[in-house]
Amino acid sequence: MASVTEFFEKFLRIDRRWIFLAIAIAVVVPFFLPLGLPVVVTPPVQRLYDAVEELELGGPPLLLSIDYTPATSPELEPMSTAILRHVFRQDARVIVMTLHPAGYGMAESAILAAAEEEGAEYGEDFCFLGFQPGTSAVILGLGVNISNVFPEDAYGTPLTEIPMMEGIRNYDDIPLLISLAGWSASEAWVYYAHQPYGQRVGGGVTAVMATDLYPYLDSGQLVGLLGGMRGAAEYEELIGQHGSGVRGMDSQSVIHLIIIILIILGNLAYFMTRRQRKLAGEGT
Amino acid sequence: MRRRVPLTLCFIAGLFMAVQYFIPHHNVAAAYERLLLWLQTLLAFAFLLGTVSLIRVHYHKVRDRAPDRGFSIVMFVGLFLMIGLGFFHPSHHAPGSPFNRMFLYVQVPIEATMFSLLAFYIASAAFRAFRARTLEATLLLVAAAIVMLGRVPIGDMISARIPEATRWILEVPNLAAKRGIMIGVGLGMMATALKIMLGIERAWMGGGD
Repeated sequence: MASVTEFFEKFLRIDRRWIFLAIAIAVVVPFFLPLGLPVVVTPPVQRLYDAVEELELGGPPLLLSIDYTPATSPELEPMSTAILRHVFRQDARVIVMTLHPAGYGMAESAILAAAEEEGAEYGEDFCFLGFQPGTSAVILGLGVNISNVFPEDAYGTPLTEIPMMEGIRNYDDIPLLISLAGWSASEAWVYYAHQPYGQRVGGGVTAVMATDLYPYLDSGQLVGLLGGMRGAAEYEELIGQHGSGVRGMDSQSVIHLIIIILIILGNLAYFMTRRQRKLAGEGT
Repeated sequence: MRRRVPLTLCFIAGLFMAVQYFIPHHNVAAAYERLLLWLQTLLAFAFLLGTVSLIRVHYHKVRDRAPDRGFSIVMFVGLFLMIGLGFFHPSHHAPGSPFNRMFLYVQVPIEATMFSLLAFYIASAAFRAFRARTLEATLLLVAAAIVMLGRVPIGDMISARIPEATRWILEVPNLAAKRGIMIGVGLGMMATALKIMLGIERAWMGGGD
């Protein structure tokens, strides 16, 4: 029994670099040897997909606010790519903007890549408004007049000269708004766009933030929600084109499993050594 | 007088923003629109304030020859290079501008690398610190394990009950706790807003009172 305790004590003191190595292998290997695990679509993702599906051909545009930074882009970029592909495939239109200064580059690369892939045309199918500081003021201002907040697009063209912006004044002309954010921007859209103006808002956030948004989902203040890479993978499943969301699911599955195994082993080792110490204490 | 003017302005602006929702008149709407533009201009100055503060902190580090002043020099090089490329490069508006390339090929990998390190530290910390020492810790541990499995496809493969349990955890106990916290925070925000409007809370004016 003493040797078992000794083993567990050693195990508890394992060099953390072994854990780092296990995680690194778990991340990398599934990218080269995909497990092809099936992705089941959950109701919040289905609801957001259905809301995008309702956008009309050449009709009022979706407003997509890409509010994430490079740090959270592995979780959120697959969402923006999948949503943009979906919008362009049904010949709907989209206005892209950001509330975060670092979101400018993320938004621009996402929209240009999706537009090139789907053959969408700038000014007709999509436009990019860029960034404006002042989260709450920007969201409230868009409800009054978009051109007050963004007099020009990101490239200096006045909104009045962009064909797809004709007749688009405020939230009344936007059937759906989706915020993809790695911070509290999605909540801000609920507070300042849905509540005062009745704007339909959908969200896409990192997995750790998703729990914060469930109350809005339940109350109907959010039409749908994509939570983390899993949300992106589900959306990719719905549009029928797998991307980095589905690819990342294999790695994430293995990592989650490893973490759970580590927690179980850590607890087992802890309780075994504690029990042995107690027994040894009673024996002396 | 120095205190009365900002306090009065604060009271009027706060009161107006609160009551304008209930007055559907075009003059009120126009004033609201004007106030939003002012607010946006005002908030843009926060960036200027932040930049000035950043420069001051790092300038002092370089001037005083602080041991970690190398990082401050790197910060200055990055800051002024990006400002230069953003404002003065002839193609600063174009999609493939040097400013954008610097962002995509320098800042994106740096931030992504920093954030991805979390996975390694979380795994190590979970192994060393996540112990079922008490009933509360055990409940947390079990809930975390179920949600972690339920949020990945492997959970579906192990058992259809795991995603169901995950949804229940997120939509019942999580929702109840979040709502409670949010209602508390909301009431607290209202109380703080009233205190600021009525001049009871004056810390925003500086001076410590």
